[in-house]
Amino acid sequence: MECVFGLVGNDFAVVVADTSAVHSILVHKSNEDKIMILDSHKLIAASGEPGDRVQFTEYIQKNVALYQFRNGIPLTTAAAANFTRGELATALRKNPYSVNILLAGYDKETGPSLYYIDYIATLHKVDKGAFGYGSYFSLSMMDRHYHSGMTVEEAIDLVDKCIMEIRSRLVVAPPNFVIKIVDKDGAREYAWRESVKDAAVASA
Amino acid sequence: MKLDTSGLESAAPVWGAPSELVDGFSAAPSFEVPNTTDFDGFQKEAIQMVKPAKGTTTLAFIFKEGVMVAADSRASMGGYISSQSVKKIIEINPYMLGTMAGGAADCQFWHRNLGIKCRLHELANKRRISVTGASKLLANILYSYRGMGLSVGTMIAGWDETGPGLYYVDSEGGRLKGMRFSVGSGSPYAYGVLDNGYRYDMSVEEAAELARRAIYHATFRDGASGGVASVYYVGPNGWKKLSGDDVGELHYKYYPVMPSTVEQEMVEVAAA
Repeated sequence: MECVFGLVGNDFAVVVADTSAVHSILVHKSNEDKIMILDSHKLIAASGEPGDRVQFTEYIQKNVALYQFRNGIPLTTAAAANFTRGELATALRKNPYSVNILLAGYDKETGPSLYYIDYIATLHKVDKGAFGYGSYFSLSMMDRHYHSGMTVEEAIDLVDKCIMEIRSRLVVAPPNFVIKIVDKDGAREYAWRESVKDAAVASA
Repeated sequence: MKLDTSGLESAAPVWGAPSELVDGFSAAPSFEVPNTTDFDGFQKEAIQMVKPAKGTTTLAFIFKEGVMVAADSRASMGGYISSQSVKKIIEINPYMLGTMAGGAADCQFWHRNLGIKCRLHELANKRRISVTGASKLLANILYSYRGMGLSVGTMIAGWDETGPGLYYVDSEGGRLKGMRFSVGSGSPYAYGVLDNGYRYDMSVEEAAELARRAIYHATFRDGASGGVASVYYVGPNGWKKLSGDDVGELHYKYYPVMPSTVEQEMVEVAAA
């Protein structure tokens, strides 16, 4: 039920995640942000068990920051992805983390990249990837319409197509999604796609 | 599969019964039921899977004036009601409350432990701990005991420098920041009433009435919730208990017994 997907475009990478926090049949929250900004030019979109998701991604985030403090330069996306996979692999046969991750980043030298890291510490560098029940719909949509070097408009259009497909075909489709993008100007939130507004999300 | 209807059996012999009547026993009247597997059980499994396990109803929400926290007071062990007067709203410190759902011992112990850690933070840093910090402390502790059988579904509600704060923390390690939460087996029922009646700009009285009503409706439908509906308010000066009403009495307050017109009166049969 947790839908996470992403793709690489021309000089940017975009990741999308649903925003529902669900416990059995109850939706506790429909504006939970599951895409963490790892550092200035990296995004980590995670899905999985609620405790693991937050704890593991925060652990990675703090260690990435520590590397930068110690060494004066930030990690590349590939290095961060391999570090993440290494942590999952080490924990795997002791107390495994049940988290699936899409790590998107932009490096000055190599451009945008997307890494698929699943809960048993598989690591692949990919152009497009997806996790969760939504992957059944978004993967084929992306396979059909993706081409390398897409513009931001084309990519967001494809993202919207995938979201619409998930909404109409998945029986327990999440109502809201968040889209984040990373390019040479950094990692930032791009947009929300909401079909159910959490009542009174006041300024407080 | 045949149902056993021997309780409906009349003393008179069954007409047209099979020849076993010769013995003087009559066969138990019964009728055939559809020949599916597990006829009685099919829906039970689905409901059991879906119904939240923690037998209680607690709720909390943020509104303009602060945070409203409410809970029932029933403790159940399976089908047995072990107590109708459990304190499910735990006072962590004068400006923070925690709600209890799940294992009573787990909740009481870890909330008390959290209170200790909050006080230590105050002494070490010369300032009160934020609700964000307190909930993160508890979430980290519960995360480290993950998989070892702790059962805690709690909400940390308080007022700190940034205003009102509300977090949901559970023993699976999850921690959610939000405006409205309800936890426990009665929570789906409470959510319905709460979501519908909620407005950010309510007065304290309106919010208290909404909280009380939501708990009452949950106790009405959920067998594992009942007793007394306690309502607490957390404002800039700390928490204050507003009311504790027996839900049985609330029922007659919301749905008073109306004298209804009598259609037909039973008349004594005259001695014939």
